Amino acid sequence: MVNVNVQGKKYPETAPYLVGREKVREFAHAVKSNSPTNFDVFAAQAAGYTDVVAPPTFAVVIQERSLATVLADPEADIDFSRVVHGDQRFIHARPIVAGDELTSQLEVASVKTLGAHSMVTFETKIYDAHKELVCTAISTLVVRGDE
Amino acid sequence: MTIKFEDLVVGDEVGKLEFLLTRDSLVRYAGASGDFNSIHYRDDVAASVGLPGVLAHGMLTMGAAVQVAVNWVGDAGRIADYQVRFTKPVVVHPTDGAVLVVTGKIGVIDAEARTVRVDLSAVFNDTAVLGKAQAVVRF
Repeated sequence: MVNVNVQGKKYPETAPYLVGREKVREFAHAVKSNSPTNFDVFAAQAAGYTDVVAPPTFAVVIQERSLATVLADPEADIDFSRVVHGDQRFIHARPIVAGDELTSQLEVASVKTLGAHSMVTFETKIYDAHKELVCTAISTLVVRGDE
Repeated sequence: MTIKFEDLVVGDEVGKLEFLLTRDSLVRYAGASGDFNSIHYRDDVAASVGLPGVLAHGMLTMGAAVQVAVNWVGDAGRIADYQVRFTKPVVVHPTDGAVLVVTGKIGVIDAEARTVRVDLSAVFNDTAVLGKAQAVVRF
């Protein structure tokens, strides 16, 4: 059972993550994109970006770094082997592009208990090097309890 | 192809894509995303936690599905807001993989914000695997 007292808890900002051009291409390839702005610097620049654009779900890589701090927190008491991804959302203030240096901060938005199960919603704010908000990633995990 | 915002109609289809997700796809996604949960590549681990087989990462299904909207608008950077609910697992057969069929249609047009909400349907084995899959595209 997830500790309901962590609702509202904010976790420390993660170390900066430098978005590499080849990482963007690798991720885009993995999600089966063939969008030119994901791969081609000239196509991305023609569309008004400074470098290749990350796919819409790339922010999960940053979100995971914040999530790792929660899973390692004994107070939260989340058993990762019992976790199922319930839903996911990415709200982009602007797209992530190669060259971005991103930090993130996670807050436990809510903890709900449904019988033996818990539903935990995390809100991760992702910022660039100028501390401007790039993306808000919202993730709900279902933690299965003893049946 | 240039899309004219003024010509768009709610209910119009924006595209359809078929993805073959193989075990190779899962390993590639694991490496690219950093999600190395072994239920996505080891049959024994998947079985030990009561799963019907190795499952595709939900985030791979989510990431592939949105390509319908990305291809339609022609630029991955114009997806302002994207959400899904994971309703059913995608079981990936060791040799045959799994076929995911994604279609998108226009759900909402916001003339003031100049955005279009594309509603996506992702089907595996005649079953919808994503719920409330919505991608808001900026124009």
